[in-house]
Amino acid sequence: MTLAMTASDGWTVARRNIFRMARNPEVVIWSTIQPIMFIVLFVYVFDSIPTPGISYEEYVMAGIFAQTVMFNSALTGVGLAEDIQKGIIDRFRALPMARSAVLIGRTTSDLVNGLAQLAVMVVVGLAVGWRTSSSPLEVLAGLGLILLIAYVFSWISAAVGLSVKSVEVANSAGFVWMFPVTFVSNVFVDINQLTPAVRNIAIWNPMSAFVAAIRELFGNTSEEIPQPDVWPLQNPVLASFLWLALILAIFVPLSVRQYKKASSR
Amino acid sequence: MTDTIVAHELVKTYGDVRALDSLSLSVPEGTVLGLLGPNGAGKTTALRVLTTLLRPDSGSAAVAGIDVLADPDRAREVIGVSGQNAAVDEYLTGFENLDMIGRLYHLGRSKSRDRAHALLEQFQLSEAADRPAKTWSGGMRRRLDLAGALVAEPPVLFLDEPTTGLDPRSRTDLWEVIGGLVQRGTTLLLTTQYLEEAERLADDIMVIDRGTAIAQGTADELKAKVGGERLEIIARDEDDVATIVSTVSNLGSDKPDVGGRRICLPVVTGPTALMEALRRLDDKGIELNDVGLRRPTLDDVFLSLTGHAAEESEPTPTEAVT
Ligand SMILES: Nc1ncnc2c1ncn2[C@@H]1O[C@H](COP(=O)(O)OP(=O)(O)O)[C@@H](O)[C@H]1O
Ligand SMILES: [Mg+2]
Repeated sequence: MTLAMTASDGWTVARRNIFRMARNPEVVIWSTIQPIMFIVLFVYVFDSIPTPGISYEEYVMAGIFAQTVMFNSALTGVGLAEDIQKGIIDRFRALPMARSAVLIGRTTSDLVNGLAQLAVMVVVGLAVGWRTSSSPLEVLAGLGLILLIAYVFSWISAAVGLSVKSVEVANSAGFVWMFPVTFVSNVFVDINQLTPAVRNIAIWNPMSAFVAAIRELFGNTSEEIPQPDVWPLQNPVLASFLWLALILAIFVPLSVRQYKKASSR
Repeated sequence: MTDTIVAHELVKTYGDVRALDSLSLSVPEGTVLGLLGPNGAGKTTALRVLTTLLRPDSGSAAVAGIDVLADPDRAREVIGVSGQNAAVDEYLTGFENLDMIGRLYHLGRSKSRDRAHALLEQFQLSEAADRPAKTWSGGMRRRLDLAGALVAEPPVLFLDEPTTGLDPRSRTDLWEVIGGLVQRGTTLLLTTQYLEEAERLADDIMVIDRGTAIAQGTADELKAKVGGERLEIIARDEDDVATIVSTVSNLGSDKPDVGGRRICLPVVTGPTALMEALRRLDDKGIELNDVGLRRPTLDDVFLSLTGHAAEESEPTPTEAVT
Protein backbone atom coordinates (compact mmCIF):
# COMPACT_ATOMS: atom_id res chain seq x y z
CA MET A 1 0.00 0.00 0.00
CA THR A 2 1.63 3.21 -1.12
CA LEU A 3 1.48 6.47 0.79
CA ALA A 4 -0.48 8.08 -2.05
CA MET A 5 -3.07 5.30 -1.87
CA THR A 6 -3.37 5.68 1.88
CA ALA A 7 -3.91 9.40 1.47
CA SER A 8 -6.47 8.94 -1.26
CA ASP A 9 -8.37 6.25 0.70
CA GLY A 10 -8.23 8.48 3.77
CA TRP A 11 -9.70 11.32 1.77
CA THR A 12 -12.49 9.08 0.43
CA VAL A 13 -13.43 8.15 3.99
CA ALA A 14 -13.16 11.76 5.22
CA ARG A 15 -15.40 12.86 2.38
CA ARG A 16 -17.98 10.29 3.41
CA ASN A 17 -17.91 11.59 7.00
CA ILE A 18 -18.30 15.16 5.81
CA PHE A 19 -21.36 14.16 3.76
CA ARG A 20 -22.75 12.57 6.90
CA MET A 21 -22.13 15.71 8.94
CA ALA A 22 -23.84 17.83 6.32
CA ARG A 23 -26.92 15.57 6.41
CA ASN A 24 -26.93 15.41 10.18
CA PRO A 25 -25.96 18.94 11.22
CA GLU A 26 -27.32 18.62 14.77
CA VAL A 27 -24.03 17.10 15.88
CA VAL A 28 -22.01 20.09 14.74
CA ILE A 29 -24.58 22.58 16.00
CA TRP A 30 -24.71 21.13 19.50
CA SER A 31 -20.98 20.73 19.69
CA THR A 32 -20.64 24.48 19.11
CA ILE A 33 -23.38 25.39 21.56
CA GLN A 34 -21.56 23.54 24.30
CA PRO A 35 -18.43 25.75 24.31
CA ILE A 36 -20.60 28.88 24.20
CA MET A 37 -22.19 27.61 27.39
CA PHE A 38 -18.79 27.00 28.94
CA ILE A 39 -17.43 30.40 28.06
CA VAL A 40 -20.47 32.22 29.42
CA LEU A 41 -20.58 30.15 32.61
CA PHE A 42 -16.90 30.43 33.39
CA VAL A 43 -16.60 34.08 32.56
CA TYR A 44 -19.64 35.14 34.58
CA VAL A 45 -19.87 32.53 37.32
CA PHE A 46 -16.18 32.13 38.15
CA ASP A 47 -15.21 35.73 37.55
CA SER A 48 -14.06 35.92 41.18
CA ILE A 49 -11.35 33.27 40.73
CA PRO A 50 -8.12 35.17 41.39
CA THR A 51 -5.83 35.60 38.40
CA PRO A 52 -3.39 38.33 39.45
CA GLY A 53 -2.35 40.75 36.73
CA ILE A 54 -4.81 39.52 34.08
CA SER A 55 -8.58 39.42 33.69
CA TYR A 56 -10.18 36.02 34.22
CA GLU A 57 -11.67 36.15 30.70
CA GLU A 58 -8.25 36.45 29.17
CA TYR A 59 -6.80 33.84 31.47
CA VAL A 60 -9.46 31.17 31.11
CA MET A 61 -10.05 31.28 27.34
CA ALA A 62 -6.92 29.22 26.53
CA GLY A 63 -8.16 26.60 28.97
CA ILE A 64 -11.62 26.54 27.46
CA PHE A 65 -10.17 26.20 23.95
CA ALA A 66 -8.11 23.17 24.97
CA GLN A 67 -10.82 21.64 27.13
CA THR A 68 -13.45 21.97 24.42
CA VAL A 69 -11.43 20.35 21.66
CA MET A 70 -10.44 17.58 24.01
CA PHE A 71 -14.04 16.80 24.97
CA ASN A 72 -15.10 17.05 21.35
CA SER A 73 -12.53 14.44 20.37
CA ALA A 74 -14.76 11.84 22.05
CA LEU A 75 -16.94 12.07 18.95
CA THR A 76 -14.26 10.28 16.96
CA GLY A 77 -14.52 7.15 19.06
CA VAL A 78 -18.30 7.30 19.19
CA GLY A 79 -18.44 7.57 15.39
CA LEU A 80 -16.14 4.59 14.96
CA ALA A 81 -18.09 2.51 17.48
CA GLU A 82 -21.23 3.34 15.53
CA ASP A 83 -19.59 2.27 12.27
CA ILE A 84 -18.59 -1.02 13.87
CA GLN A 85 -22.09 -1.62 15.16
CA LYS A 86 -23.65 -0.89 11.77
CA GLY A 87 -21.27 -3.28 10.01
CA ILE A 88 -19.65 -0.45 8.01
CA ILE A 89 -16.22 -1.25 9.43
CA ASP A 90 -16.64 -4.88 8.33
CA ARG A 91 -17.36 -3.66 4.84
CA PHE A 92 -14.27 -1.43 4.86
CA ARG A 93 -12.14 -4.20 6.29
CA ALA A 94 -13.07 -6.52 3.42
CA LEU A 95 -12.01 -3.91 0.84
CA PRO A 96 -8.47 -3.72 -0.53
CA MET A 97 -7.93 -0.32 1.06
CA ALA A 98 -5.20 1.00 3.34
CA ARG A 99 -5.57 -0.29 6.91
CA SER A 100 -5.14 3.14 8.43
CA ALA A 101 -7.35 5.00 5.96
CA VAL A 102 -10.59 4.70 7.93
CA LEU A 103 -8.86 6.18 10.97
CA ILE A 104 -7.05 8.89 9.06
CA GLY A 105 -10.31 9.80 7.34
CA ARG A 106 -12.28 9.91 10.57
CA THR A 107 -9.75 11.93 12.56
CA THR A 108 -9.34 14.36 9.69
CA SER A 109 -13.04 14.90 9.07
CA ASP A 110 -13.64 15.42 12.79
CA LEU A 111 -11.30 18.39 12.47
CA VAL A 112 -14.01 20.11 10.46
CA ASN A 113 -16.11 19.99 13.57
CA GLY A 114 -13.16 21.24 15.63
CA LEU A 115 -12.69 24.11 13.24
CA ALA A 116 -16.34 25.14 13.55
CA GLN A 117 -16.05 25.03 17.33
CA LEU A 118 -12.87 27.07 17.29
CA ALA A 119 -14.44 29.75 15.12
CA VAL A 120 -17.46 30.01 17.41
CA MET A 121 -15.27 30.12 20.51
CA VAL A 122 -13.12 32.90 19.10
CA VAL A 123 -16.16 35.02 18.29
CA VAL A 124 -17.86 34.43 21.64
CA GLY A 125 -14.55 34.91 23.46
CA LEU A 126 -14.01 38.27 21.81
CA ALA A 127 -17.58 39.20 22.70
CA VAL A 128 -17.04 38.56 26.42
CA GLY A 129 -13.81 40.55 26.52
CA TRP A 130 -11.04 38.10 25.63
CA ARG A 131 -8.15 39.73 23.73
CA THR A 132 -4.79 38.50 22.47
CA SER A 133 -1.68 40.59 23.00
CA SER A 134 0.85 38.81 20.80
CA SER A 135 1.84 39.14 17.16
CA PRO A 136 -0.63 37.95 14.48
CA LEU A 137 1.77 35.16 13.62
CA GLU A 138 1.80 33.95 17.21
CA VAL A 139 -1.98 34.11 17.35
CA LEU A 140 -2.13 31.96 14.21
CA ALA A 141 0.34 29.53 15.72
CA GLY A 142 -1.87 29.38 18.81
CA LEU A 143 -4.96 28.58 16.75
CA GLY A 144 -2.97 25.97 14.83
CA LEU A 145 -1.82 24.38 18.07
CA ILE A 146 -5.43 24.11 19.28
CA LEU A 147 -6.41 22.28 16.09
CA LEU A 148 -3.39 20.02 16.38
CA ILE A 149 -4.41 19.16 19.94
CA ALA A 150 -7.91 18.39 18.66
CA TYR A 151 -6.46 16.08 16.01
CA VAL A 152 -4.13 14.23 18.34
CA PHE A 153 -6.82 13.68 20.98
CA SER A 154 -8.99 12.17 18.24
CA TRP A 155 -6.52 9.31 17.98
CA ILE A 156 -6.86 8.52 21.69
CA SER A 157 -10.58 8.56 21.22
CA ALA A 158 -10.30 6.30 18.16
CA ALA A 159 -8.41 3.68 20.18
CA VAL A 160 -11.11 3.80 22.86
CA GLY A 161 -14.00 3.65 20.37
CA LEU A 162 -12.50 0.65 18.58
CA SER A 163 -11.84 -1.22 21.81
CA VAL A 164 -15.23 -1.02 23.48
CA LYS A 165 -18.21 -3.21 22.70
CA SER A 166 -20.91 -0.63 22.02
CA VAL A 167 -21.68 2.95 21.12
CA GLU A 168 -23.04 3.61 24.61
CA VAL A 169 -19.80 2.50 26.23
CA ALA A 170 -17.79 4.54 23.73
CA ASN A 171 -19.86 7.50 24.82
CA SER A 172 -19.02 7.20 28.50
CA ALA A 173 -15.57 5.58 28.36
CA GLY A 174 -14.59 8.24 25.85
CA PHE A 175 -15.19 10.96 28.43
CA VAL A 176 -14.31 9.68 31.90
CA TRP A 177 -10.57 10.09 31.62
CA MET A 178 -10.96 13.66 30.44
CA PHE A 179 -12.30 15.00 33.74
CA PRO A 180 -9.16 14.48 35.83
CA VAL A 181 -7.01 15.58 32.91
CA THR A 182 -8.93 18.86 32.74
CA PHE A 183 -9.41 19.56 36.43
CA VAL A 184 -5.98 18.59 37.73
CA SER A 185 -4.32 21.26 35.62
CA ASN A 186 -4.04 24.98 34.97
CA VAL A 187 -7.11 24.95 32.69
CA PHE A 188 -9.47 26.93 34.93
CA VAL A 189 -7.27 28.15 37.79
CA ASP A 190 -3.78 29.46 38.46
CA ILE A 191 -1.79 26.29 38.98
CA ASN A 192 0.10 27.87 41.93
CA GLN A 193 -3.07 28.05 43.96
CA LEU A 194 -3.77 24.31 43.88
CA THR A 195 -2.98 22.35 47.04
CA PRO A 196 0.65 21.12 46.92
CA ALA A 197 -0.25 17.47 46.29
CA VAL A 198 -2.56 18.30 43.41
CA ARG A 199 -0.14 20.89 42.08
CA ASN A 200 2.66 18.34 41.89
CA ILE A 201 0.56 16.23 39.56
CA ALA A 202 -0.82 19.18 37.64
CA ILE A 203 2.58 20.54 36.66
CA TRP A 204 3.36 17.32 34.81
CA ASN A 205 -0.06 17.03 33.21
CA PRO A 206 0.33 17.41 29.42
CA MET A 207 -2.89 19.43 29.47
CA SER A 208 -1.09 22.05 31.61
CA ALA A 209 1.66 22.28 29.01
CA PHE A 210 -0.88 22.65 26.19
CA VAL A 211 -2.75 25.41 27.97
CA ALA A 212 0.44 27.19 29.02
CA ALA A 213 1.58 27.06 25.38
CA ILE A 214 -1.70 28.51 24.11
CA ARG A 215 -1.53 31.29 26.73
CA GLU A 216 2.01 32.07 25.71
CA LEU A 217 1.16 32.17 21.99
CA PHE A 218 -1.90 34.38 22.59
CA GLY A 219 -0.04 36.61 25.04
CA ASN A 220 -2.57 35.77 27.76
CA THR A 221 0.08 35.47 30.48
CA SER A 222 0.68 37.53 33.58
CA GLU A 223 3.93 38.51 35.29
CA GLU A 224 2.19 37.81 38.57
CA ILE A 225 1.36 34.21 37.64
CA PRO A 226 4.78 32.59 37.39
CA GLN A 227 5.12 29.23 35.65
CA PRO A 228 6.24 26.51 38.05
CA ASP A 229 9.87 25.68 37.72
CA VAL A 230 9.54 22.46 35.71
CA TRP A 231 10.82 22.03 32.18
CA PRO A 232 7.45 21.43 30.40
CA LEU A 233 5.94 24.61 31.83
CA GLN A 234 9.09 26.65 31.32
CA ASN A 235 9.11 25.55 27.64
CA PRO A 236 5.42 24.92 27.06
CA VAL A 237 5.38 25.17 23.24
CA LEU A 238 8.20 22.72 22.75
CA ALA A 239 6.86 20.48 25.51
CA SER A 240 3.43 20.49 23.83
CA PHE A 241 4.87 19.30 20.55
CA LEU A 242 6.79 16.55 22.29
CA TRP A 243 3.69 15.43 24.18
CA LEU A 244 1.62 15.44 20.99
CA ALA A 245 4.27 13.42 19.14
CA LEU A 246 4.38 10.93 22.00
CA ILE A 247 0.59 10.53 22.05
CA LEU A 248 0.54 9.91 18.30
CA ALA A 249 3.41 7.45 18.54
CA ILE A 250 1.38 5.41 21.03
CA PHE A 251 -2.17 5.80 19.82
CA VAL A 252 -1.81 5.62 16.03
CA PRO A 253 -0.38 2.09 16.06
CA LEU A 254 -2.73 1.09 18.88
CA SER A 255 -5.79 2.31 16.96
CA VAL A 256 -4.71 0.57 13.77
CA ARG A 257 -4.22 -2.63 15.73
CA GLN A 258 -7.68 -2.36 17.26
CA TYR A 259 -9.15 -1.58 13.85
CA LYS A 260 -7.73 -4.78 12.40
CA LYS A 261 -9.45 -6.75 15.15
CA ALA A 262 -12.70 -4.80 15.12
CA SER A 263 -15.80 -6.84 14.52
CA SER A 264 -19.46 -6.07 14.37
CA ARG A 265 -20.24 -8.50 17.20
CA MET B 1 -11.92 -27.40 -13.02
CA THR B 2 -10.10 -25.75 -10.10
CA ASP B 3 -11.55 -24.88 -6.74
CA THR B 4 -11.90 -21.13 -6.38
CA ILE B 5 -12.90 -21.13 -2.72
CA VAL B 6 -11.23 -23.59 -0.37
CA ALA B 7 -11.42 -23.92 3.38
CA HIS B 8 -9.46 -26.64 5.10
CA GLU B 9 -10.24 -27.83 8.63
CA LEU B 10 -11.15 -24.44 10.00
CA VAL B 11 -11.46 -24.23 13.76
CA LYS B 12 -12.65 -21.20 15.67
CA THR B 13 -13.71 -21.29 19.29
CA TYR B 14 -15.33 -18.66 21.46
CA GLY B 15 -14.86 -19.85 25.00
CA ASP B 16 -16.70 -23.16 25.14
CA VAL B 17 -18.46 -22.63 21.83
CA ARG B 18 -16.87 -24.28 18.82
CA ALA B 19 -18.21 -21.91 16.17
CA LEU B 20 -16.18 -23.78 13.54
CA ASP B 21 -15.28 -27.35 14.31
CA SER B 22 -12.91 -28.51 11.59
CA LEU B 23 -14.98 -27.22 8.71
CA SER B 24 -13.72 -27.94 5.20
CA LEU B 25 -15.33 -26.91 1.98
CA SER B 26 -14.48 -26.23 -1.63
CA VAL B 27 -16.31 -24.40 -4.37
CA PRO B 28 -15.28 -25.13 -7.99
CA GLU B 29 -14.81 -22.15 -10.27
CA GLY B 30 -18.04 -20.70 -11.61
CA THR B 31 -20.31 -22.66 -9.28
CA VAL B 32 -22.46 -21.84 -6.28
CA LEU B 33 -22.21 -23.50 -2.90
CA GLY B 34 -25.08 -22.97 -0.49
CA LEU B 35 -24.10 -23.22 3.15
CA LEU B 36 -27.30 -24.24 4.85
CA GLY B 37 -27.75 -24.26 8.59
CA PRO B 38 -29.81 -22.91 11.47
CA ASN B 39 -28.92 -19.90 13.59
CA GLY B 40 -25.64 -20.42 15.36
CA ALA B 41 -24.43 -23.16 13.00
CA GLY B 42 -21.27 -21.22 12.17
CA LYS B 43 -22.18 -19.87 8.74
CA THR B 44 -21.20 -16.27 9.45
CA THR B 45 -18.02 -17.32 11.21
CA ALA B 46 -16.98 -19.38 8.17
CA LEU B 47 -17.66 -16.45 5.87
CA ARG B 48 -15.76 -14.05 8.10
CA VAL B 49 -12.71 -16.27 7.93
CA LEU B 50 -12.90 -16.59 4.15
CA THR B 51 -13.35 -12.84 3.68
CA THR B 52 -10.28 -11.93 5.80
CA LEU B 53 -12.34 -10.48 8.66
CA LEU B 54 -11.49 -13.13 11.22
CA ARG B 55 -8.46 -15.29 11.90
CA PRO B 56 -9.30 -18.90 12.71
CA ASP B 57 -7.60 -20.72 15.57
CA SER B 58 -6.34 -23.24 13.02
CA GLY B 59 -6.92 -24.38 9.47
CA SER B 60 -6.36 -22.67 6.17
CA ALA B 61 -8.39 -20.86 3.55
CA ALA B 62 -7.82 -19.68 0.01
CA VAL B 63 -9.73 -17.72 -2.61
CA ALA B 64 -8.74 -17.76 -6.29
CA GLY B 65 -5.49 -19.42 -5.31
CA ILE B 66 -4.58 -16.72 -2.79
CA ASP B 67 -3.94 -17.75 0.79
CA VAL B 68 -6.43 -15.71 2.80
CA LEU B 69 -4.44 -15.85 6.03
CA ALA B 70 -1.02 -15.17 4.55
CA ASP B 71 -1.99 -12.59 1.99
CA PRO B 72 -5.25 -10.93 3.01
CA ASP B 73 -4.55 -7.74 1.05
CA ARG B 74 -4.43 -9.59 -2.26
CA ALA B 75 -7.40 -11.74 -1.32
CA ARG B 76 -9.51 -8.61 -0.74
CA GLU B 77 -8.89 -7.54 -4.32
CA VAL B 78 -10.68 -10.55 -5.76
CA ILE B 79 -13.64 -10.87 -3.41
CA GLY B 80 -16.97 -9.13 -3.00
CA VAL B 81 -18.77 -9.43 0.31
CA SER B 82 -22.28 -8.77 1.48
CA GLY B 83 -22.62 -9.40 5.19
CA GLN B 84 -25.54 -10.65 7.20
CA ASN B 85 -26.79 -7.15 7.96
CA ALA B 86 -26.89 -4.60 5.16
CA ALA B 87 -23.78 -2.46 5.75
CA VAL B 88 -25.21 0.57 4.06
CA ASP B 89 -24.33 4.06 5.24
CA GLU B 90 -27.77 5.46 5.88
CA TYR B 91 -26.77 9.10 5.73
CA LEU B 92 -25.27 8.67 2.27
CA THR B 93 -27.37 8.40 -0.85
CA GLY B 94 -27.44 5.16 -2.79
CA PHE B 95 -25.11 6.65 -5.36
CA GLU B 96 -22.65 7.93 -2.76
CA ASN B 97 -22.52 4.54 -1.07
CA LEU B 98 -21.51 2.75 -4.26
CA ASP B 99 -19.26 5.53 -5.52
CA MET B 100 -17.33 5.42 -2.25
CA ILE B 101 -16.83 1.67 -2.52
CA GLY B 102 -15.58 2.04 -6.10
CA ARG B 103 -13.02 4.60 -5.00
CA LEU B 104 -11.88 2.34 -2.19
CA TYR B 105 -11.36 -0.46 -4.73
CA HIS B 106 -9.16 2.12 -6.51
CA LEU B 107 -11.24 2.10 -9.67
CA GLY B 108 -10.65 5.83 -10.11
CA ARG B 109 -13.21 8.60 -9.98
CA SER B 110 -14.92 8.30 -13.32
CA LYS B 111 -15.02 4.51 -13.34
CA SER B 112 -16.41 4.52 -9.79
CA ARG B 113 -19.13 6.91 -10.82
CA ASP B 114 -20.01 4.87 -13.91
CA ARG B 115 -20.09 1.61 -11.96
CA ALA B 116 -22.33 3.15 -9.31
CA HIS B 117 -24.81 4.33 -11.92
CA ALA B 118 -24.74 1.04 -13.79
CA LEU B 119 -25.37 -0.98 -10.62
CA LEU B 120 -28.18 1.31 -9.47
CA GLU B 121 -29.74 0.77 -12.86
CA GLN B 122 -29.24 -2.99 -12.76
CA PHE B 123 -30.78 -3.27 -9.29
CA GLN B 124 -33.66 -0.97 -10.17
CA LEU B 125 -32.58 1.60 -7.64
CA SER B 126 -31.98 4.50 -10.02
CA GLU B 127 -35.05 6.38 -8.94
CA ALA B 128 -33.99 6.48 -5.32
CA ALA B 129 -30.29 6.92 -6.14
CA ASP B 130 -30.03 10.45 -4.81
CA ARG B 131 -31.99 9.95 -1.61
CA PRO B 132 -30.21 9.08 1.64
CA ALA B 133 -30.44 5.34 2.23
CA LYS B 134 -32.15 6.12 5.54
CA THR B 135 -35.35 6.67 3.57
CA TRP B 136 -35.13 3.35 1.75
CA SER B 137 -37.02 0.13 2.47
CA GLY B 138 -35.27 -2.94 3.87
CA GLY B 139 -35.40 -4.70 0.52
CA MET B 140 -33.83 -1.73 -1.25
CA ARG B 141 -31.02 -1.49 1.30
CA ARG B 142 -30.35 -5.17 0.96
CA ARG B 143 -30.07 -4.77 -2.81
CA LEU B 144 -27.79 -1.78 -2.36
CA ASP B 145 -25.60 -3.81 -0.06
CA LEU B 146 -25.44 -6.59 -2.64
CA ALA B 147 -24.62 -4.03 -5.32
CA GLY B 148 -21.77 -2.87 -3.07
CA ALA B 149 -20.30 -6.35 -3.22
CA LEU B 150 -20.32 -6.21 -7.03
CA VAL B 151 -18.70 -2.82 -7.57
CA ALA B 152 -15.34 -4.19 -8.63
CA GLU B 153 -16.90 -7.10 -10.54
CA PRO B 154 -15.09 -9.57 -8.30
CA PRO B 155 -14.72 -13.13 -9.56
CA VAL B 156 -15.48 -14.48 -6.07
CA LEU B 157 -18.55 -13.51 -4.14
CA PHE B 158 -19.69 -14.16 -0.56
CA LEU B 159 -23.27 -13.52 0.50
CA ASP B 160 -24.36 -14.06 4.09
CA GLU B 161 -28.08 -14.76 4.34
CA PRO B 162 -28.90 -12.36 1.51
CA THR B 163 -32.67 -12.61 1.87
CA THR B 164 -33.19 -13.10 5.59
CA GLY B 165 -35.72 -10.61 6.86
CA LEU B 166 -37.09 -9.72 3.44
CA ASP B 167 -40.70 -9.98 2.39
CA PRO B 168 -41.45 -12.77 -0.13
CA ARG B 169 -41.61 -10.37 -3.06
CA SER B 170 -38.20 -8.79 -2.35
CA ARG B 171 -36.82 -12.25 -1.81
CA THR B 172 -37.85 -13.49 -5.26
CA ASP B 173 -36.52 -10.27 -6.80
CA LEU B 174 -33.19 -10.79 -5.15
CA TRP B 175 -33.07 -14.41 -6.26
CA GLU B 176 -33.45 -13.25 -9.85
CA VAL B 177 -30.53 -10.88 -9.44
CA ILE B 178 -28.28 -13.45 -7.81
CA GLY B 179 -29.25 -16.02 -10.44
CA GLY B 180 -28.14 -13.55 -13.10
CA LEU B 181 -24.73 -13.08 -11.51
CA VAL B 182 -24.14 -16.76 -11.39
CA GLN B 183 -24.82 -17.09 -15.07
CA ARG B 184 -21.95 -14.73 -15.72
CA GLY B 185 -19.50 -17.13 -14.14
CA THR B 186 -19.06 -15.70 -10.67
CA THR B 187 -18.03 -18.21 -8.04
CA LEU B 188 -20.41 -17.80 -5.13
CA LEU B 189 -20.56 -18.96 -1.56
CA LEU B 190 -23.94 -18.24 -0.08
CA THR B 191 -25.31 -18.94 3.36
CA THR B 192 -28.95 -19.42 4.10
CA GLN B 193 -31.43 -20.84 6.55
CA TYR B 194 -33.88 -21.72 3.80
CA LEU B 195 -33.71 -24.96 1.91
CA GLU B 196 -35.78 -23.41 -0.84
CA GLU B 197 -33.24 -20.63 -1.31
CA ALA B 198 -30.31 -23.01 -1.46
CA GLU B 199 -32.21 -25.18 -3.90
CA ARG B 200 -33.01 -22.25 -6.09
CA LEU B 201 -29.54 -20.70 -6.21
CA ALA B 202 -26.93 -23.31 -5.38
CA ASP B 203 -25.38 -26.04 -7.50
CA ASP B 204 -24.26 -27.78 -4.38
CA ILE B 205 -25.54 -27.55 -0.83
CA MET B 206 -23.62 -28.18 2.37
CA VAL B 207 -25.64 -28.56 5.53
CA ILE B 208 -23.75 -27.45 8.63
CA ASP B 209 -24.52 -27.76 12.29
CA ARG B 210 -22.34 -26.77 15.26
CA GLY B 211 -19.48 -25.79 13.01
CA THR B 212 -19.21 -29.00 10.98
CA ALA B 213 -20.64 -30.27 7.74
CA ILE B 214 -23.27 -32.93 8.27
CA ALA B 215 -24.28 -33.48 4.66
CA GLN B 216 -23.43 -32.29 1.20
CA GLY B 217 -24.91 -32.78 -2.23
CA THR B 218 -27.20 -31.32 -4.84
CA ALA B 219 -30.67 -30.31 -3.79
CA ASP B 220 -32.01 -33.50 -5.33
CA GLU B 221 -29.54 -35.66 -3.49
CA LEU B 222 -30.34 -34.02 -0.19
CA LYS B 223 -34.02 -34.29 -0.79
CA ALA B 224 -33.64 -37.94 -1.67
CA LYS B 225 -32.05 -38.30 1.75
CA VAL B 226 -34.76 -36.45 3.57
CA GLY B 227 -37.61 -37.47 1.29
CA GLY B 228 -39.46 -35.16 -1.01
CA GLU B 229 -42.64 -33.39 -0.08
CA ARG B 230 -44.46 -33.88 3.17
CA LEU B 231 -48.03 -35.12 3.27
CA GLU B 232 -49.53 -33.52 6.32
CA ILE B 233 -52.80 -34.76 7.75
CA ILE B 234 -54.62 -33.34 10.75
CA ALA B 235 -57.19 -35.77 12.12
CA ARG B 236 -60.50 -34.53 13.43
CA ASP B 237 -60.59 -37.15 16.15
CA GLU B 238 -57.47 -38.17 18.06
CA ASP B 239 -58.76 -41.76 18.17
CA ASP B 240 -58.45 -41.96 14.38
CA VAL B 241 -54.72 -41.22 14.34
CA ALA B 242 -53.61 -44.84 14.61
CA THR B 243 -55.96 -45.91 11.83
CA ILE B 244 -54.80 -43.07 9.60
CA VAL B 245 -51.16 -43.99 10.17
CA SER B 246 -51.72 -47.60 9.27
CA THR B 247 -53.80 -46.63 6.24
CA VAL B 248 -51.34 -44.22 4.65
CA SER B 249 -47.95 -45.43 5.93
CA ASN B 250 -47.06 -47.45 2.86
CA LEU B 251 -47.46 -44.36 0.65
CA GLY B 252 -44.47 -42.74 2.33
CA SER B 253 -40.77 -42.94 1.55
CA ASP B 254 -39.99 -42.95 5.26
CA LYS B 255 -41.71 -43.45 8.60
CA PRO B 256 -44.42 -40.92 9.46
CA ASP B 257 -43.81 -38.36 12.16
CA VAL B 258 -46.77 -38.18 14.51
CA GLY B 259 -47.52 -35.46 17.03
CA GLY B 260 -50.96 -35.12 18.60
CA ARG B 261 -53.53 -35.17 15.81
CA ARG B 262 -50.89 -34.26 13.24
CA ILE B 263 -49.38 -36.88 10.95
CA CYS B 264 -46.49 -35.92 8.72
CA LEU B 265 -45.37 -38.36 6.04
CA PRO B 266 -42.44 -37.91 3.64
CA VAL B 267 -43.62 -38.82 0.14
CA VAL B 268 -41.89 -39.02 -3.23
CA THR B 269 -44.62 -37.94 -5.62
CA GLY B 270 -46.85 -35.59 -3.72
CA PRO B 271 -50.06 -35.30 -5.76
CA THR B 272 -50.39 -39.04 -6.35
CA ALA B 273 -49.85 -39.80 -2.68
CA LEU B 274 -52.29 -37.09 -1.67
CA MET B 275 -55.07 -38.40 -3.90
CA GLU B 276 -54.49 -42.00 -2.93
CA ALA B 277 -54.50 -41.09 0.78
CA LEU B 278 -57.75 -39.16 0.44
CA ARG B 279 -59.38 -42.03 -1.44
CA ARG B 280 -58.37 -44.61 1.18
CA LEU B 281 -59.41 -42.44 4.12
CA ASP B 282 -62.70 -41.61 2.45
CA ASP B 283 -63.38 -45.31 1.92
CA LYS B 284 -62.98 -45.84 5.65
CA GLY B 285 -65.14 -42.83 6.40
CA ILE B 286 -62.46 -41.08 8.43
CA GLU B 287 -63.00 -37.35 8.83
CA LEU B 288 -60.11 -34.92 8.69
CA ASN B 289 -59.55 -31.36 9.87
CA ASP B 290 -56.97 -30.58 7.25
CA VAL B 291 -54.78 -32.26 4.70
CA GLY B 292 -52.11 -30.91 2.40
CA LEU B 293 -48.70 -31.13 0.84
CA ARG B 294 -45.76 -29.05 1.87
CA ARG B 295 -42.14 -28.85 0.86
CA PRO B 296 -39.49 -30.06 3.30
CA THR B 297 -38.11 -27.25 5.44
CA LEU B 298 -34.73 -26.90 7.01
CA ASP B 299 -36.29 -28.37 10.15
CA ASP B 300 -37.18 -31.54 8.28
CA VAL B 301 -33.69 -31.77 6.81
CA PHE B 302 -32.28 -31.41 10.26
CA LEU B 303 -34.55 -33.89 11.81
CA SER B 304 -33.65 -36.53 9.26
CA LEU B 305 -29.92 -35.79 9.16
CA THR B 306 -29.18 -35.37 12.82
CA GLY B 307 -32.09 -36.98 14.55
CA HIS B 308 -32.48 -33.77 16.54
CA ALA B 309 -34.32 -30.59 15.73
CA ALA B 310 -32.42 -27.39 14.96
CA GLU B 311 -31.52 -25.87 18.30
CA GLU B 312 -32.77 -22.38 17.82
CA SER B 313 -35.93 -21.72 15.91
CA GLU B 314 -35.28 -19.54 12.93
CA PRO B 315 -37.78 -17.26 11.26
CA THR B 316 -39.63 -19.04 8.47
CA PRO B 317 -39.82 -17.44 5.04
CA THR B 318 -43.38 -16.34 5.56
CA GLU B 319 -42.67 -14.45 8.76
CA ALA B 320 -40.80 -11.82 6.83
CA VAL B 321 -40.21 -8.30 8.04
CA THR B 322 -39.13 -5.34 5.99
N1 LIG C 1 -17.73 -12.82 18.52
C1 LIG C 1 -18.32 -13.88 19.09
N2 LIG C 1 -18.23 -14.07 20.42
C2 LIG C 1 -18.79 -15.14 21.01
N3 LIG C 1 -19.45 -16.10 20.36
C3 LIG C 1 -19.58 -15.99 19.03
C4 LIG C 1 -19.03 -14.87 18.33
N4 LIG C 1 -19.29 -15.02 17.02
C5 LIG C 1 -20.01 -16.17 16.91
N5 LIG C 1 -20.18 -16.75 18.12
C6 LIG C 1 -20.88 -18.03 18.37
O1 LIG C 1 -20.45 -18.95 17.41
C7 LIG C 1 -21.52 -19.74 16.94
C8 LIG C 1 -21.65 -19.59 15.43
O2 LIG C 1 -22.10 -18.30 15.13
P1 LIG C 1 -22.38 -17.80 13.65
O3 LIG C 1 -21.21 -18.11 12.81
O4 LIG C 1 -22.78 -16.38 13.73
O5 LIG C 1 -23.61 -18.69 13.23
P2 LIG C 1 -24.63 -18.47 12.03
O6 LIG C 1 -24.13 -17.39 11.14
O7 LIG C 1 -24.70 -19.80 11.36
O8 LIG C 1 -25.94 -18.12 12.66
C9 LIG C 1 -22.74 -19.28 17.71
O9 LIG C 1 -22.93 -20.14 18.80
C10 LIG C 1 -22.37 -17.90 18.16
O10 LIG C 1 -23.03 -17.58 19.34
MG1 LIG D 1 -25.03 -15.70 10.57
